Amino acid sequence: MNGLEMRGLRVSFDGFVAVDGVDLTVAPGDIRFLIGPNGAGKTTLVDAVTGLVKATGSVLFGGRQLLGRPVHRIARLGVGRTFQTSSVFEGLSVLQNLDIAAGAGRGAWTMVRRRRTVPEVVSRALETIGLTDRRDALAGTLAHGHKQWLEIGMLLVQNVDLLLLDEPVAGMSHEERDATGALLASISAERTVVVIEHDMDFMRSFARTVTVLHAGRVLSEGTVAQVQADPRVQEVYLGAAA
Amino acid sequence: MTATTAPSTPDTAARAPTPQRRRTLGRPARAAIGFASGALLLFALAPSVLSDFRLSLLAKYLCLAMVAVGIGLAWGRGGLLTLGQGVFFGLGGYAMAMHMKLADAGPAQLPDFMALYGQLDELPWWWRPFASPWFALPATVLLPMLVAFLLGSLVFRRRVRGAYFAILSQALAAALVIFLIGQQGTTGGTNGLTDFQGFFGYDLDDPVNQRMVYFIVAGGLLLLLALARQLMHSRYGELLVAVRDGEERVRFLGHNPATVKLVAYVVAAGMAGLAGALFVPAVGIINPALIGVVPSIEFVVGVAVGGRAVLLGPVLGAVAVAWARTSLSEEFPAAWTYLQGLLFVVVVAFLPGGLAALPALLRRRRGEVGT
Repeated sequence: MNGLEMRGLRVSFDGFVAVDGVDLTVAPGDIRFLIGPNGAGKTTLVDAVTGLVKATGSVLFGGRQLLGRPVHRIARLGVGRTFQTSSVFEGLSVLQNLDIAAGAGRGAWTMVRRRRTVPEVVSRALETIGLTDRRDALAGTLAHGHKQWLEIGMLLVQNVDLLLLDEPVAGMSHEERDATGALLASISAERTVVVIEHDMDFMRSFARTVTVLHAGRVLSEGTVAQVQADPRVQEVYLGAAA
Repeated sequence: MTATTAPSTPDTAARAPTPQRRRTLGRPARAAIGFASGALLLFALAPSVLSDFRLSLLAKYLCLAMVAVGIGLAWGRGGLLTLGQGVFFGLGGYAMAMHMKLADAGPAQLPDFMALYGQLDELPWWWRPFASPWFALPATVLLPMLVAFLLGSLVFRRRVRGAYFAILSQALAAALVIFLIGQQGTTGGTNGLTDFQGFFGYDLDDPVNQRMVYFIVAGGLLLLLALARQLMHSRYGELLVAVRDGEERVRFLGHNPATVKLVAYVVAAGMAGLAGALFVPAVGIINPALIGVVPSIEFVVGVAVGGRAVLLGPVLGAVAVAWARTSLSEEFPAAWTYLQGLLFVVVVAFLPGGLAALPALLRRRRGEVGT
């Protein structure tokens, strides 16, 4: 298991600084929540770590520098992410989605042949996310919550060490949120999890540590209780609400 | 893993295997039946009911259908709208035509058109290797694949896609035509290469040998269909669809979409090259007008009309459009171009799945009316 270490991370778009010198350390096996008002730079931070946007500074994962590598190379180092909007392959079945996620290292000979059996990791992930009986359904026909679980399942079969989840429970029912939280807890036994979330109840129930971002900087960091007691955090959230 | 979560259904084990088993048993059987009836149609029925003239026309259509199979893979499955398949068709065609010209002329002789233009004393260096069938025959497929590989490597890594890719591929077709016309002394210019006497020692004027060419073309088409089917149903085929539908997402799963697209593009180019190579003995000519921008677009029109995302759609579309072109342009030469444009617009606007999607659409309509 690996941890994540950012130093002086900075992202700017045409002069607008979205992430402004963030230092952030996530310990192996942690469930770290990133919270903050809209525009705080949470998603941009994840974009920078996964190679989607250019950034300066340093992001070390398992001792290796992530900045400057292309997206698919970072993914192969064991960094996986989801998006705010569900991005499963809607025209493919649940099984096909998972099989593709499991297949980054496959050789040419495996690729040009048909998939005859269900790989072990895939059937285990199907169990974990509870979609075994929907495995032949087209991903596009799944309910919203099931799509989000499929996304998480794809990260599991991809065998990432670090999961970066962008609002995984948005639009889910209460039961689905609890199920997702329990899923994250079990995943963190073997992997490091970073969650961007606006849902404060969800955060209170399942976060181990929390980082509050505001205007591209780290405003506060600690356990849920520490962060909630921080007057600066209260100010930012009250200010944003007013 | 302790707590897992999500609702699990008790009858999972009972339900899941049923559709799976039906599929693994049913699909290959259906495919075998499909290929057998295709072979019967092309090898037994068509030669016995069609005149020699009609059969050679069919050979021409089947060559165009071979290009369409490749476009179906690259565009239908991979989302690569390639408007320049004429380039690869042309490279394959010219490679074959150059060999046939040299074989006709005999050893150490200039092909007839070069002697006619009289600008050259000896064969240009890039013609020489094509004298050997061992070079020329593989080159008809490998040369287009090489060009596609070089172009695709540049383009896909730079994330050129959509309309930009389409325009770029079309520009390549235009460039090749300009080059061929400009080099009249060595390429035959606008006349192209024609007046072939023999095909590997067989007299092309003999109807029996023309039939043989037809059989080779039909066999080639079935071969390409089998190859395309294998690719579409393989893991690669699934990944290709994933790249078409969510290129960024595929990247985050650790795949490089540029490589995935490159493979489809190169395979499609090889198919077009083989089509071009067989077109030359079947039709007896290759020239810039057959490989430029307009024919390149016509390839795509055929694929769109037939249905780009299914295996047989492109083949049926290509044959149907080529047949309509021949029969209608005889009657109304001026109207055909407009008719073809109209057909394309109607299909894209109202039937994006092409004619192949028509049965399903009708079934759904009837179902709606019925209930």
